Amino acid sequence: MSMEAAKLTYEVKNHSMVVHLPKELDHHNSQNLKQETEQIMDETYINQIIFDFSNTNFMDSSGIGALLGRYKRMSAVGGKVVVYGVNERVKRLLNLSGIYKIVKQYETKEQAMKG
Amino acid sequence: MDKELEKTMKAEYMKLEIESKSHNEEFARVVVAVFMTRLDPTIEEMEDVKTAVSEAVTNAVIHGYQGKEGTIEIEASICEKTLTLSIRDQGIGIPDIKKAMEPLYTSMPGGERSGMGFSFMEAFMDQVEVISKIGEGTTILLKKTIGNDSLE
Repeated sequence: MSMEAAKLTYEVKNHSMVVHLPKELDHHNSQNLKQETEQIMDETYINQIIFDFSNTNFMDSSGIGALLGRYKRMSAVGGKVVVYGVNERVKRLLNLSGIYKIVKQYETKEQAMKG
Repeated sequence: MDKELEKTMKAEYMKLEIESKSHNEEFARVVVAVFMTRLDPTIEEMEDVKTAVSEAVTNAVIHGYQGKEGTIEIEASICEKTLTLSIRDQGIGIPDIKKAMEPLYTSMPGGERSGMGFSFMEAFMDQVEVISKIGEGTTILLKKTIGNDSLE
């Protein structure tokens, strides 16, 4: 099992923060997300959070909670949350949760960056 | 396959006891997934069950034991094509089960919880039952009948 795939990694470009999500987005793997994104936002002005699901093949409602939490955070500064790299399984869950009403989906990181 | 051999090969019951720790959420999913392969499920059916197990175990870790130490007991049984799961904790219990199961309700509004755990369990399993007693613990029962494409 790759440790790389289990960690959350981040990228900042302009005022966008890309969050590279792990293979399995559950409570355990998303516990540090809030703290780590806050740390980055303490140092840089961020008005867009882009979630990269391209390595993610499992997700439960904890993942929805993480998206919602970051959405509220971004809303407070007039920013937004978007996603890309979503596979069929993840798409089904995101659909079920209704989160597509507030979070837009793109095919690639480049498209997500452009908004 | 020989009918007698087929019968004995179908695992009927298993019980797993795990510590209430978040890294065991994945472990529980994998164990139940492997157990249910005897039913020859589709990938989607397995993913559905894994998600439901993940929700139930996470509830025990976060709510039942409030992140503290405890034991979570997972039982699984197969009867013909039906998988029955029981996820039990001896934690604080649920004061109002009906309210807890309302979509989007969360007892932790400040945290990063979606309140969709039970909704997902209900979406992915055929039956969800919750038994709970304050100060004694909670049991979540999940049932799903697995269809398959193989010829009988």
